[in-house]
Amino acid sequence: MAARSIWKGELKIGTSKLPVKLYAAVSDLNVRFHVLDNHKTRVKQHMVAPTSGQEVPADEIKKGFEVEPGTFVILTAEDLDGIKPESSREIEIDKFVPAAKISQQWYERPYYLGPDGSEKDYFALAEALAKTEREGIANWVMRNKEYNGALRSQDGYLILSTLRNEGEVISAAELPKPLGRAPSQKEIKMAQQLVSMLADEFKPSDYRDQYRERLLSFIERKAKGHKPRLSIVKAKRKTTALDSVLARSIASLKKKEKRAA
Amino acid sequence: MTTKQASDEQTGARPFWSGTITFGLVSVPVNLFPASRSLRSPLRMLGPDGEPLARKYYSEKTEHDLDNDELERGYEMAAGKFVVITDDELERLAPEKTRDIDLARFVDEDSISPLYFERGYFLTPDRGAEKAYKLLAEAMAKDGRAGIATFVMRGKEHLVAIFSDSGILRAETMRFPDEIRSPKEVGLPAPTKVSPAAVRKFAGLIKRKAKATFSPVKDAETARLLKVVKQRRAKRSNVVHAKNEEPAADNVIDLMAVLKRSLRGGQN
Repeated sequence: MAARSIWKGELKIGTSKLPVKLYAAVSDLNVRFHVLDNHKTRVKQHMVAPTSGQEVPADEIKKGFEVEPGTFVILTAEDLDGIKPESSREIEIDKFVPAAKISQQWYERPYYLGPDGSEKDYFALAEALAKTEREGIANWVMRNKEYNGALRSQDGYLILSTLRNEGEVISAAELPKPLGRAPSQKEIKMAQQLVSMLADEFKPSDYRDQYRERLLSFIERKAKGHKPRLSIVKAKRKTTALDSVLARSIASLKKKEKRAA
Repeated sequence: MTTKQASDEQTGARPFWSGTITFGLVSVPVNLFPASRSLRSPLRMLGPDGEPLARKYYSEKTEHDLDNDELERGYEMAAGKFVVITDDELERLAPEKTRDIDLARFVDEDSISPLYFERGYFLTPDRGAEKAYKLLAEAMAKDGRAGIATFVMRGKEHLVAIFSDSGILRAETMRFPDEIRSPKEVGLPAPTKVSPAAVRKFAGLIKRKAKATFSPVKDAETARLLKVVKQRRAKRSNVVHAKNEEPAADNVIDLMAVLKRSLRGGQN
């Protein structure tokens, strides 16, 4: 079944404009729970003043920004309206960077873009992005919120991923190197050998959320009145001597390879 | 029971998770910390006199507030019909072996589509694991490879890619393939043949706006909010001091300082 678009906009590159529709690329499969009281009835939430224990009704609640512990600047509805971005349908692309230059850390949430009118221009832009191996840096306002993102091409389609903002991501280069002794050249060689023996392509379809599957089937069984047995979990932590363990790892992988051959 | 809160992911004074990475028969005990942070705390809800309010669950029937031990977690099987699931059951649904990050496969670090990436974390070596940690980081960096695994962290299974980044191991949690829709599922039209002239036109636009590197974008809305706050504060208008203020649970903590301390061996 085709999905409904969640927003309509216009890609703007220089003076060129391309109308697009935006679709969620991620479906939320998390198992959702509700908060219940002891009689299996759903509960409500409200805001309470801790000193009096009294409920404060919604129209008396103020919003405060904590400037130092215990000191708040109150922001009125007008203040909050005043900082909202101006609404617009434009997704402005102001630069294009080499695709590999954006670290994985920045990507937040992907959306598909679909053509809203000219399919020819849509697929031509996707192909141009693929050919030049670049991603567009985009900014736009959607539902009263500002976003910045990366426009890229995948399998011939346009994908717009929201990116985190400056200051929200810590770069490894800013951090000190871990303390402790460095491994020897021989150990590194062996570890590299181990890594290359385990080298393969990334095949997403090899992975599934087995915890989610176990949880859903457990809920199913419990709903039917069964009392499924669950194992007890113990915490464990271990460290081992490196050189011997590397040699044993390589030997056991070689054995497996032989058996497979 | 515990309720899931977004602020959970922001706390970082203690490791978000502690566990073991394995590759081959080598084990590396590690601590995991978020690699991203919010730029500001969320706004607090205050009473008419400026008192910070607390969010409470209450029963509609009795109109009484409920404490944590009076709350349960329920899965809705049918409208209004719930199966109660306890913390202990959630815990036991993750068998021991699923709690390790077992790197059974190493892939080209540039070969994973950004569609998958969800959130980044830094791993720091636990005491005594520094050498094995460095060994893994160096071996992966030399081959330009990332390790792939699944593991259960805080009641959720994660697909994860471990990258070697400036001598530090960085974990990126990823979406499972069934969480990502295909263009067909979304209902996008099949690609049509495009004219080389149209491709050249867009390639020309791309080249004109080409930059060599990516520079992150500022959060303009937060900047505007902070400006209003600053003006109000300078004029001493709309500023309140709370009595009986409990320390806010979701203060922005100095994640940088925590990471530095942990990498220098201060983390137990």
